[in-house]
Amino acid sequence: MLLPLSWLKEYVDVNIAPEELEKKLFDSGFEVEELIEVGKDISNVVVGYVEECEPIPETHLHVCKVDTGAHGKWQICCGADNVCAGGKFPVALIGAQVYATAKDHKTIEGVMTIKKGKLRGYESQGMLCSGTELGLTEDHYPGAGYNGLLVLPEDAPIGADVKPILGMDDYIFDVSITANRPDCQSIFGMAREVAAILGQEVKMPATDFTATEVVKEGFNVTVDAPDLCPRYSAHYIYDVKMGESPAWMKRRLALVGIGSISNIVDITNYILMELGQPMHAFDCNFLEGNAINVRRANNGEKITTLDEKEFTLTDNNLVICDGVKPVALAGIMGGLNSEIRDTTTEVMFESAKFARDNIRKSSRALGQVSDSSARYSKGVDEYATDMALRRACHLIEELGCGKVSSTHVDVNTGNSLEPTEMKVSISKVNAVLGIKVPDEDIIRILTNLCFAPEVNGDELTLHVPAYREDMADYPDVAEEVIRMYGYDHIVSTFMPTAAVTAGGLNLRQKTELRIKKALLTTGAYECIHYSFFSPNDLNMIRLPEDAPERHAIRLMNPINEDLSLMRTTLVPSMLNAIARNQKRGNYEGRLFELGNKFIAKDLPLTEYPDERETLCAGVFGEKEDFFTMKGIAEKVAETLSLKFTYEKTEKPFLHPYQAAVIKCEGIEIGYLGKVRYEIQDDLDMKNPAYVMEIDLRTVSQWYGRVPAYEPLPVFADEKRDLALVMDKEITCGQVEEVIASSCQFVKSIKLFDVYEGAQIGEGKKSMAFTVVFAPKGEAFGADTVDGYVKKILKNLKKQYEIEIRS
Amino acid sequence: MQELSALNERLVAIKKEIEEGSANLENSRAVYEYKKNVMDGKSGLIGSLMKGMKDIPKESRGDYGKLVNELKTWAQALFDELDVALKAKEMDAKYASEKIDITMPAEENVSGNLHPITQMRNQLIDIFASMGFDVFEGTEIENDYYNFTALNTPADHPARDMQDTFYLSPEFLLRTQTSAGQIHVMEAQKPPIKIVSPGKVFRSDDDATHSPMFTQLEGLVVDKGITLCDLKGMLDLFVQRIFGEEVKTRLRPSYFPFTEPSVEVDCSCFSCGGTGCKLCKGTGWIEVLGAGVVNKKVLENCGIDSDEYSGFAFGIGIERAAMLKYGINNIKHLFESDLRVLSQLNDND
Repeated sequence: MLLPLSWLKEYVDVNIAPEELEKKLFDSGFEVEELIEVGKDISNVVVGYVEECEPIPETHLHVCKVDTGAHGKWQICCGADNVCAGGKFPVALIGAQVYATAKDHKTIEGVMTIKKGKLRGYESQGMLCSGTELGLTEDHYPGAGYNGLLVLPEDAPIGADVKPILGMDDYIFDVSITANRPDCQSIFGMAREVAAILGQEVKMPATDFTATEVVKEGFNVTVDAPDLCPRYSAHYIYDVKMGESPAWMKRRLALVGIGSISNIVDITNYILMELGQPMHAFDCNFLEGNAINVRRANNGEKITTLDEKEFTLTDNNLVICDGVKPVALAGIMGGLNSEIRDTTTEVMFESAKFARDNIRKSSRALGQVSDSSARYSKGVDEYATDMALRRACHLIEELGCGKVSSTHVDVNTGNSLEPTEMKVSISKVNAVLGIKVPDEDIIRILTNLCFAPEVNGDELTLHVPAYREDMADYPDVAEEVIRMYGYDHIVSTFMPTAAVTAGGLNLRQKTELRIKKALLTTGAYECIHYSFFSPNDLNMIRLPEDAPERHAIRLMNPINEDLSLMRTTLVPSMLNAIARNQKRGNYEGRLFELGNKFIAKDLPLTEYPDERETLCAGVFGEKEDFFTMKGIAEKVAETLSLKFTYEKTEKPFLHPYQAAVIKCEGIEIGYLGKVRYEIQDDLDMKNPAYVMEIDLRTVSQWYGRVPAYEPLPVFADEKRDLALVMDKEITCGQVEEVIASSCQFVKSIKLFDVYEGAQIGEGKKSMAFTVVFAPKGEAFGADTVDGYVKKILKNLKKQYEIEIRS
Repeated sequence: MQELSALNERLVAIKKEIEEGSANLENSRAVYEYKKNVMDGKSGLIGSLMKGMKDIPKESRGDYGKLVNELKTWAQALFDELDVALKAKEMDAKYASEKIDITMPAEENVSGNLHPITQMRNQLIDIFASMGFDVFEGTEIENDYYNFTALNTPADHPARDMQDTFYLSPEFLLRTQTSAGQIHVMEAQKPPIKIVSPGKVFRSDDDATHSPMFTQLEGLVVDKGITLCDLKGMLDLFVQRIFGEEVKTRLRPSYFPFTEPSVEVDCSCFSCGGTGCKLCKGTGWIEVLGAGVVNKKVLENCGIDSDEYSGFAFGIGIERAAMLKYGINNIKHLFESDLRVLSQLNDND
């Protein structure tokens, strides 16, 4: 929120430097995002008196003699049409800084430094300035918008700095207001805070006025939706004289970024900024039926707002109606049909409180935002509602732009505008903080905050002003006390009263970390991807229409379609990451991610979905193949002291002959394989990729297995190499299974060579295994193992026609 | 004695022949072969001398034998010496043949890194685990009650605007804060409670400094007599462990619906030490987290007696902490899985 120092000073004496006030605001909970110095870019511009002014022949220029008092007399060439002898204008001296403007003399293009120059042979020792060149608009200072020189008052002292004369010695605090303090969303609200911080009195804005005898006969206000509109007040103004606002009002509005429109509209905007209360002015000539009715809109009802946008409403929207039709979208914007115009002669001022969530939801749903809706969404208090209407009447009188009638209507739900009493225990306040704030400081602070505290032993009685809707209980009091007393009083302690607890990771958390660390040793890097993905990702991995992965939870309001579904598989994110790496010249690498898959029990959600911890790994590059990927799966198995088995499978996104499901104790836990070439092409990958996905939720049933210790063997192992010839289609796994099941003494089987070629014959291959036999209980006899080998060979022959290679 | 003087002459000749013969030997193996030849009992220069013993008169045999043995000893010493010298030469040659350019690049070790977010998260968890905190991971999908209402942010509360929420249904949403986990813990567990809750959170924000998904670590302590001073004490300790022993904290007033009083916590700039630099934008302080005394209403919502117990809570943005600590300048880099980024950050924990 923009807070001009000059405006603030109207309600509180600020006796410290702006930088010091910035620090104090920060310490008490109001971060100043920017301290704007109004005339920061302008320097060395003084009041100049033009003593002589002669036209330069055949040009539009004049050469002037300008007196700048103590700064000297200068010859300055000037092209403005209003330069004249006897006038006082701003003079930028040599070395001065002013804004450079474009050819239109309106658009600021930067800051320039004034140098000595020569125009048509005439030396020019400075520059006479327009308002634009000083960064001013017509609203900031009358005449500043003129396309020519800015005329200074006749009594401006020659040679004086122009900044104070033009109001450019001001500061604007851009204050960030936290959501619990809507009462500070205004100049006056902040003045109350600054007064409390500085220990000063706050000066109340004038709200007095003299109502005439005139009344608007028969006018009445009804509120059909008091839940959405706890207070609606209106005041009738007549004999309105539309016109411009005075310069002081225009200037203040300009400082907070609001353009002047007309006196009546400016009054409503001025009050919005000053008191934080949105106001509206209806042109009474366009209110039919001599009534105001506040109600929910009918479904399908239409309204066109001041900015000429038409909206179709529902009964979630609140409207202000006259006796016949909607005339305003409550709290958001007035209707075009009752807009204030040059011809307006009677005005109905509205000052109301609307429920903040209704305005917020309506504003969002309709996509219509205004300064008013922003205030209402944050919260407006009825204290301000009441004060604002009186202030508006006062300003009507002060500006002399209308007469204040006696017709004042206030429809409310009985909320008091008087302070409410609140009792808290001082020791509880201190207990929240952990320090003992001296009673006198507590009283001083709460007095400054207008809580009128009374102390009776440990009991503190406060009278909380109606605008402090955030004050509910002793923790709120503790916060008020400490933010004013100073957080630097809080000392460090380390929970002296707390019980000792044991902490740390649980088994699942520890195991997941172990898995991650084990994967690092394979050269894989951990990555983290968004929990959402794109419907296109599901198409990218060629999932059929009925694939369970397509049963994904949809975001109602995604940032874009690419981030619109909760992931049902981690593979697409992994493939995109691999593709991104290859696009950036990283042609090989290993990645893994441990994240959640979101499996909905039903859609749309009616209960929590299943969030399944899932491991996804991806490898890519010329050196990778199916078995390097499988090695990573085996690393997981090894880490968890588990044994994984692999069976051929098919997946729409995997190579038809290089894909396997992973099982553990017969339970499917995941899959791995080579990514289809079509997908590799789609994603512009130079090198092939392999992926793996393991459902860690399923695997977690085996977490925490302690590997059993096997005593060192007493008797020596025996090793045999078996070179076997078999049909090409027989798998390593099948052979291993026969070997293992043929003899209980087989300790390990390891494939060490595969050969296909002429020596073996068409359709055949040779596989060579090292089989280790471990004796149990007693040592092997001289030819015991040969016997086992015979049995193995017999079984291999029987089951798969496998022969020993001769 | 004639035989002996003839023998002496012969021995001198043999010595000479062996000296000459061995001078050309190039390696240990050749020495061995040459020695074998010389010592051979049938044909060797020395070995065959013993065959001549039978022609020697009995009385001279002792002297003869002595002379032959002396020769043997001499030859053995000669060969040993030669062998050592040649072996040393061979070793030198072997070493020389293995000369390398030691400035050539090292063989790379294959070992990946944990994600920087995980690294930071683990460091944080280690600190808090050592202080007796358990680690509770809530769900990414939450319902409105746990994410907002129970945290003192009812439907009409303006604080709902502070966080743009992704909704999945009118009731379910992507949690906007790990604080949602607080409620689950307090409902399930009676004080004393000390937990940290790390996890992914989501807000509808997407620009250079905001990502629609990011990571928070929420901390919660509920016990008897917990105060704002305890929060400050714990934060001091934590900030020093993460950013350095000399780093200080500063509390300043703020607002969160679920804490009262609420504070923003700044730490003194660990880059400039507080004098003002680019990192701290000249202020000497860096905003690191939000915290506060657990709102009485939140305790009561969870059925905890606020007269008996009090607590504090804090929430840290892990990306922000990681970016500050490692000097990462764009949050997007954390979610793009670019190996050039991931391979740089090795602070594994």
